Amino acid sequence: MDRHDYTNIPKEKFALARHGEKITDKQLDTKPIGYFRDAFNRFKKNKSSMVAAIIIIFLVLFAFITPFFSDYDVSARDGYYKNLLPKSKVFAFLGWDGCKESTETQAGYDYYNAIGAEIGSSSVKEVKSSFVDEISGIKYYVLDVDTYDKVGFTYVDLDEESYLALQEYQNTTGLQVCYPIPANYKTDYVAVGNAANLWYKLAVEDSGSTGEAASHDADGNPIYEANYLMKKSATSAKYNSLRLILDCDGTTTDDEGNPLYAAYAVKNQTGYRVRVLYSEYYNYINGHYADHLFGTNQHGQDILVCLAYGARLSFLLAFAVSIINFIIGVVYGAIEGYYGGAVDLIMERIVDILNAVPFIVVATLFQLHLAKKVGAVPSLLFAFIMTGWIGIAYRVRTQFYRFKNSEYVLAARTLGAKDRRLIFRHILPNSLGTIITGTILIIPGVIFSESMLTYLGIVNLETSSLTSIGTMLSNGQAYLSTYPHIILFPALFISLLEIAFNLFGNGLRDAFNPSLRGADE
Amino acid sequence: MSMPKYVLKRILLMILTFGVVATMCFVLIKLLPLPAIKSMGKDANLIIKKREAMGYNKPLMVQYFRYWKHVFQGDLGLGEQMYEAQSVLSIVAQKLPYTIVVNLYSILIAIPIGLAFGIYAALRKNKWQDYVISTAVMVVYSVPSYVYAFLVQFFLCYKTGWFSLTVASKAEADFISWTMFKSMLPAIISLGFGTIAGLTRFTRAELAEVLTGDYLLLARTKGLTKSQAITRHALRNAMVPILPMILSEFIGILGGSLIIENIFAIPGIGKLYITAINVRDYNFFMALTFFYTLIDLVAGLVIDLSYGFIDPRIKMGAK
Repeated sequence: MDRHDYTNIPKEKFALARHGEKITDKQLDTKPIGYFRDAFNRFKKNKSSMVAAIIIIFLVLFAFITPFFSDYDVSARDGYYKNLLPKSKVFAFLGWDGCKESTETQAGYDYYNAIGAEIGSSSVKEVKSSFVDEISGIKYYVLDVDTYDKVGFTYVDLDEESYLALQEYQNTTGLQVCYPIPANYKTDYVAVGNAANLWYKLAVEDSGSTGEAASHDADGNPIYEANYLMKKSATSAKYNSLRLILDCDGTTTDDEGNPLYAAYAVKNQTGYRVRVLYSEYYNYINGHYADHLFGTNQHGQDILVCLAYGARLSFLLAFAVSIINFIIGVVYGAIEGYYGGAVDLIMERIVDILNAVPFIVVATLFQLHLAKKVGAVPSLLFAFIMTGWIGIAYRVRTQFYRFKNSEYVLAARTLGAKDRRLIFRHILPNSLGTIITGTILIIPGVIFSESMLTYLGIVNLETSSLTSIGTMLSNGQAYLSTYPHIILFPALFISLLEIAFNLFGNGLRDAFNPSLRGADE
Repeated sequence: MSMPKYVLKRILLMILTFGVVATMCFVLIKLLPLPAIKSMGKDANLIIKKREAMGYNKPLMVQYFRYWKHVFQGDLGLGEQMYEAQSVLSIVAQKLPYTIVVNLYSILIAIPIGLAFGIYAALRKNKWQDYVISTAVMVVYSVPSYVYAFLVQFFLCYKTGWFSLTVASKAEADFISWTMFKSMLPAIISLGFGTIAGLTRFTRAELAEVLTGDYLLLARTKGLTKSQAITRHALRNAMVPILPMILSEFIGILGGSLIIENIFAIPGIGKLYITAINVRDYNFFMALTFFYTLIDLVAGLVIDLSYGFIDPRIKMGAK
């Protein structure tokens, strides 16, 4: 038998080495720590990054969960509840009560108080002070007005069926929705916010009236006297439902002594014109009272839900962009760095050219060429992908230049590893830390760029059921001086997001840096 | 590679890159449908005639060479949807000073502050002063510039009424005058936050790195006081990467900030660009795209080359 024929050694020639000897080596009593486990251990120690991570998780959950739990929708726009201030039942004592300070003349004071006088709860939460202007001699009141209640009453036109349904609702729930029609319902008041609120006797009874009540007591407080449309029949215009206690239920009489009743509706061409208390009517239509935690914007949309939708869009876009850019960047950078030479030279020139185009141009051209064909969001996605991977590719390329000539790669190649195996199994995992950090930091960049592009109006993502943070910012800017809350929440959201992501990214970078292992122990 | 040869090579490469980018943008812009003609009858015919005269109906290649021929003659075309029939070049020249002045003020104020904070934080590394500055920088650096603009606008323009909302026009005041400066101050402040934070962070990192060097210990050993060692050795070495960054800020003032110019209605080049995009004026869009591309490319080149000039030890083009 050939001495050197190692392939066919008979089985009986094998013997166990050191068989029966006692092994004195200690077994490892700790579990081996992998690369990610090690990084996570280091990350956990960084308190600010942990807080940032929690904030990010919270913001993401907010964006994805809120739309399911909210009573509101982006497409829901309310013509009356516009520019409502944020209102929270829990934090009302902190001034988060939906009230707005406003300085009013006597007419405004009378007008706002009248709403409360009719329904029993005032829209004027507090009269802070009053002063007399020295030059004009006009008395002004500084009021804290509830932006929800100040809407007061409104006229709605109902057809017969819904009119009867509304009465049925009133009768079963006992909630007063319909209120008597004022006698002056036909007058077109131009100087007053909402003519449906003028149920009392006015100082001036014509279209130029400012809403000032007819008489006042010695302190200047208005004395309201009901001025309803009176009818001889209690059930005129088919009204057979709840009535106010203070209205005229037959106690007043006309000149001939017949009892008169307040009218709750007037007939018009299509059905009935009814005067409703808007908050109750809103409840009747929507099944809940208006209660906007972040207020509403100038279109009457709920800001909280708009923000959640905008944030969700931003997050989805950013996640998609970072994943795609990660893949393109890794493949491109790996090929560049691994093969080097002419391949690298050509690919670097392509990168140079793509990098030289300002991003805003890329976004604009994609928008102009593609938005009509594939939609605004996909074309924005393409724009982000077009140049976004360059940073990742650059990192990967550098790492490959560093590692490709090291001994362990040479050893693997000697053992017959193919190019693909060398790239993805041997070299790439070395640089995974920096690449992941880079990929995560794409997310805040995309969200910022998206908000900027939509703010500037270059990209328009606003549809009836979609909005974006940038759109909210640009809409809110016009109301910055009067209703700053419209812009506050989106601006706050994006600031918090950017801070959290940068902190998180810093922590991640340190965590993935093995040279810092045990640095703080 | 010798220095001049390297510089020449980089400039040629830059021109080549610019040529390719410009061609790509030209083709992509020209492939877009022309803006719809809104006027009717006689006026519509006039516009059609004008477009014919401007060569809009010729093949793309012909238009391309014609465009470059005109560019070399100093003609970037005429405005069509905005500044109708006015030369693009002259409008850009009119707008550019606003952008430059606002940004110049902003960085002239921001650079000393940023450097001072950065140096102070590095010298107090890992003490509470450093933590306070670093945390503040982290926050200020992360918050988008437009949020500062809203804050400045709300508090300084609306609440206190210290500043006007709009920038003074050239007819009202000179570019270098107190009135102009005051009217630009909200924008200058909003722009400054980011620059200060960025520079502070960079300076701190670089100086802190330099301060750990052995040669600084040597400088102390040979008898220099701490402040001598810092000013003569540490600061000078830390400036090697900091100066190019400051240089890039100065080149960046040409481009300005698109969003800040829009918020404060500064009639600068950024506002012009956004308007051109929104009303689809292709001549303006093209000219300004070329302008922005060129700024970026030149900035990159100048920064790379400046390392060699600032620190003679750095050899350009060496492998």
